[in-house]
Amino acid sequence: MDILQYTAVELAECIRHRKIGTVEALEAVWQRIDAEEAKWNCYITVEREKALKRAATLQRRIEAGEQIGPFAGVPFAVKDNLCTKGIRTTCGSRMLEQFVPTYSAAAVERLEAAGAVIIGKTNMDEFAMGSTTETSYFGVTHNPCDPACVPGGSSGGSAAAVAAGECFAALGTDTGGSVRQPASHCGVVGLKPTYGTVSRYGLVSYASSMDQIGPLGRDVRDCAAILDVIAGRDDRDATSVDRGEQTGFKAALRQDVEGMRIGVPADYFTEGLQPGVRKAVQDAAEVFRANGAVVEYFDLGLTQYVVPAYYTIAAAEASSNLERFDGIKYGYRAQDIGTLHALYQKTRSEGFGAEVKRRILLGTFVLSTGYYDAYYLKAQRVRTRIRRAFDEAFANYDVLLGPVAPTTAPRLGESLSDPLQMYLQDIYTISANLTGMPAISVPCGTDEKGLPVGLQLMGDRLAEGTLLRAAYTYEQAVKTERERNVSDKERG
Amino acid sequence: MITDETIAKIALLAKLELSETEREQAKQDMRKMLGYIDLMNELDTAETEPMSHVFSAENVFREDVVVNGDMREEMLANAQLVKDGMFVVPQTFEG
Amino acid sequence: MANVYETVIGLEVHVELATQTKIFCGCSTAFGGAPNTHTCPVCTGMPGTLPVLNRQVVEHAIAVGLATNCSIAAHCRFDRKNYFYPDNPQNYQISQLYQPICRDGYVEIDVQTPEGDRRDAAETDNRKRVRIHEIHMEEDAGKLIHDGESGRSLVDYNRAGVPLIEIVSEPDMRSAEEVIAYLEKLRTTIQYLGASDCKLQEGSMRADVNLSVREVGVQTLGTRTEMKNLNSFHAIRNAIAGERERQIRLLEAGEQVVQETRRWDDAKGVSYSMRSKEDAQDYRYFPEPDLAPLHIDDTWIAQIRARQPELREARMERYQRTYALPMYDIRLLTDSKQLSDLFEETVACGAQPKKVSNWLMGEALRLLRERDMDPEEICFTPEHLAALIGLVEQKEITNTVAKEVFAVMFTQGVDPRRYVEENGLKTLQDADALRRVAAQVLADNPQSVADYRNGKEKAISFLVGQTMKAMKGQADPLKVREILQSML
Repeated sequence: MDILQYTAVELAECIRHRKIGTVEALEAVWQRIDAEEAKWNCYITVEREKALKRAATLQRRIEAGEQIGPFAGVPFAVKDNLCTKGIRTTCGSRMLEQFVPTYSAAAVERLEAAGAVIIGKTNMDEFAMGSTTETSYFGVTHNPCDPACVPGGSSGGSAAAVAAGECFAALGTDTGGSVRQPASHCGVVGLKPTYGTVSRYGLVSYASSMDQIGPLGRDVRDCAAILDVIAGRDDRDATSVDRGEQTGFKAALRQDVEGMRIGVPADYFTEGLQPGVRKAVQDAAEVFRANGAVVEYFDLGLTQYVVPAYYTIAAAEASSNLERFDGIKYGYRAQDIGTLHALYQKTRSEGFGAEVKRRILLGTFVLSTGYYDAYYLKAQRVRTRIRRAFDEAFANYDVLLGPVAPTTAPRLGESLSDPLQMYLQDIYTISANLTGMPAISVPCGTDEKGLPVGLQLMGDRLAEGTLLRAAYTYEQAVKTERERNVSDKERG
Repeated sequence: MITDETIAKIALLAKLELSETEREQAKQDMRKMLGYIDLMNELDTAETEPMSHVFSAENVFREDVVVNGDMREEMLANAQLVKDGMFVVPQTFEG
Repeated sequence: MANVYETVIGLEVHVELATQTKIFCGCSTAFGGAPNTHTCPVCTGMPGTLPVLNRQVVEHAIAVGLATNCSIAAHCRFDRKNYFYPDNPQNYQISQLYQPICRDGYVEIDVQTPEGDRRDAAETDNRKRVRIHEIHMEEDAGKLIHDGESGRSLVDYNRAGVPLIEIVSEPDMRSAEEVIAYLEKLRTTIQYLGASDCKLQEGSMRADVNLSVREVGVQTLGTRTEMKNLNSFHAIRNAIAGERERQIRLLEAGEQVVQETRRWDDAKGVSYSMRSKEDAQDYRYFPEPDLAPLHIDDTWIAQIRARQPELREARMERYQRTYALPMYDIRLLTDSKQLSDLFEETVACGAQPKKVSNWLMGEALRLLRERDMDPEEICFTPEHLAALIGLVEQKEITNTVAKEVFAVMFTQGVDPRRYVEENGLKTLQDADALRRVAAQVLADNPQSVADYRNGKEKAISFLVGQTMKAMKGQADPLKVREILQSML
């Protein structure tokens, strides 16, 4: 079997049993990257020598009988807004083109402690602001399912790298759907955990109250196993949660949704939804029903207020978070000129791209005197209402089911001309960020054009166990179905 | 609503220098976006508390113990201009 | 006819809290490190780093709030104050606007009559309440140093993230005297709590003065200005006088006072507007999403209250009860916690309270003033001061010698017994030796001897002085007089 066909968990198993060497696994990835990276542009930075050295060291330790960790020797990609000590971390921006952190993100440290080999930093929308990976200073990433399409965003590089076999799994970040939506567009699995589950230390903030790191992998098991590794309370992040006994996500993977109550927000299936997506998602709901779940359509409500509330809050927090980029301590510095004010203005005007500036301006406005109450505070009140709507939903249902995005991957160049249209694409994903809920995107077939469709499952806060069980059950059921179809055909 | 003056003031606060075209574009974008955001006003939230944090954790502290040593070289490593162990900026005050 | 104006003053006092580490990271707050050696990714605002609140900061803030009669907020949180300036690595300061930790307190100050002598007035005080609007926690900024060579500024973030509380008063003060009384009150209270050393000169206590004027009798407040860069009581006094005059001049000329921040230049005795067209002032405060909100329950408050050390008022009462010192002594001693601690420890070593008090109020305060030092810089230990007092009591050394020894102890911390021994400063007890010296003095000063014998009794004082001089002070002047009288 081709090494690249393995999931991360399978590869780890093979490495642990010394069926595959760590360097061998890495070489397989390099070959793929050499052959295809020029086509996709998944990575901003690839660290061949460091990765090779680490893989070789790990192999020696494995051979010496050392117990290393669940992902010993597995090549991983990391989104370029997660700080990596000694490896430049650009956030897809000219502003940080030369920035080399002297510290690693907590999630990266945990991944490395589990034995992962970090091979590179993936492309992304600048400072994670975008849904297509087209706002990156380092060029667009193409969707491995169709090079004419975007991979989604902002973790488009991570999703594309997993889909293209340029790594076994990857870390992304999700502020408004940035893990789930590219996973959906590239046909891989993406998980956004409950806010606070993974430490944000070392994640370059976009919108602090919603940012969360999550895994992208080939299947649900990979995502659960990665979450097991990266989750955990961290003293360096005051918003990180002590989940105590609640971890052990891999253990939640049982194929069993018997009696599980699944709610499908009827408000998600309106005219904006692409027919192929609608059909794939509704078919998925039937799979749950067929497996013993109770599936009900219901009115969630408030859906039209989700995008306005989200963009107000995200822009406000971003405008403040990005103030630190001023050319003085790190990052791009405009050619030295006269006054301090001029240095700030030139540095920031030259260092940031158009979408980032757009959100900074909006965020600055909604926080400014005279508008704070009407916009920022109003949005936070709406957020409370949205959360209540979900709390009510979770009083009735274990899991909510719906599409990840209204359409499959758009074609390159289609989205940026109308920002508002682009923002509306986030309508299904951002509720999870506004409320802190976990949510997962699982492939559920293809649309009329053959592009992958993602099924979104949302769980109540801290209920990743249930969420993962539902996702795993669906994935296994579909797999069994597919295998049965194949053998039926063979029997002819 | 969003005038040229608004954009000028916001750009000044955000320390962004906008060209004539960018200013015009920003004005259009902002008008369109705020027009959409105003949808929220349909919802009566007078009795609703704003939610700035999604989690219920309170009182997260560190203890008052020094854990960091001298990291100056690392802190200066990414700066474009450094002098005498300090970051260099244009002159900041009169005298 | 000229109008009579009243000055209305409110204060914003920043106090650096006495913690080991910064408010949001584990860097040391110690003074005097080489630039940027007390910094880390958090306090230099590196991308991806996050603040984590120092528990001690909250406890100090609560303690100060309780000591200033504030109500402590059951729920409070931090907000971001956004403005670009290089002393602030993130270009926002984490502070508290919407829900400060303490509110609605007050302190009582002693108001003196304008011409009143401090000492007399102390006995006939009027008390005045200065209300505290709020106290909030925030982080300090870094330091900017002008580099003459390059004409640029250099940034040192050692102070960035040092914890501060800002104590905001109501506009309840009417004169520089009241302002200074208020500041002294805050300073002693906070020093007694151990929450800060409150040194104005070193910047661990800083006061911004909000001042407006209005015609006497007018109820509404005039437009105020805020004055910064006041790092001594002297500067505060001058700035208040200067700003009052400036505003009156404007009003008399029919002009408006502009609400703005002004920087006081104490050397030149003038203030400058700090406004510039590049700064549209709008801090865009919003709740800090990186920090969890605080919940301060009654149990926690009770614990802090229980730990509260004795404050100045309580100590003053106790001194009256226990040591029967005059009120004047008690005031001076307890003015500084360090001095007052030193007093008690010296008494605990067995010294007589009034004698200890005399040394501290007299010589110690004189030397502190003379050398512009703070009480905590005093070098001698309580044991040494007790020993010195013992030496005088047992007449082993004279008062003159004692003062000399005290001055050495003060800065070098020497053991007085050893110092007296090594330098041969003991009072000469040998009557024969004394008589020999006295005889020589009489022989050398025949005119004075004649004067005395002719009834000019004062002449003996000169002879005593000469004898003491010849003895290098190491004699008991009473004894010398006795001997001289017997020889004459």
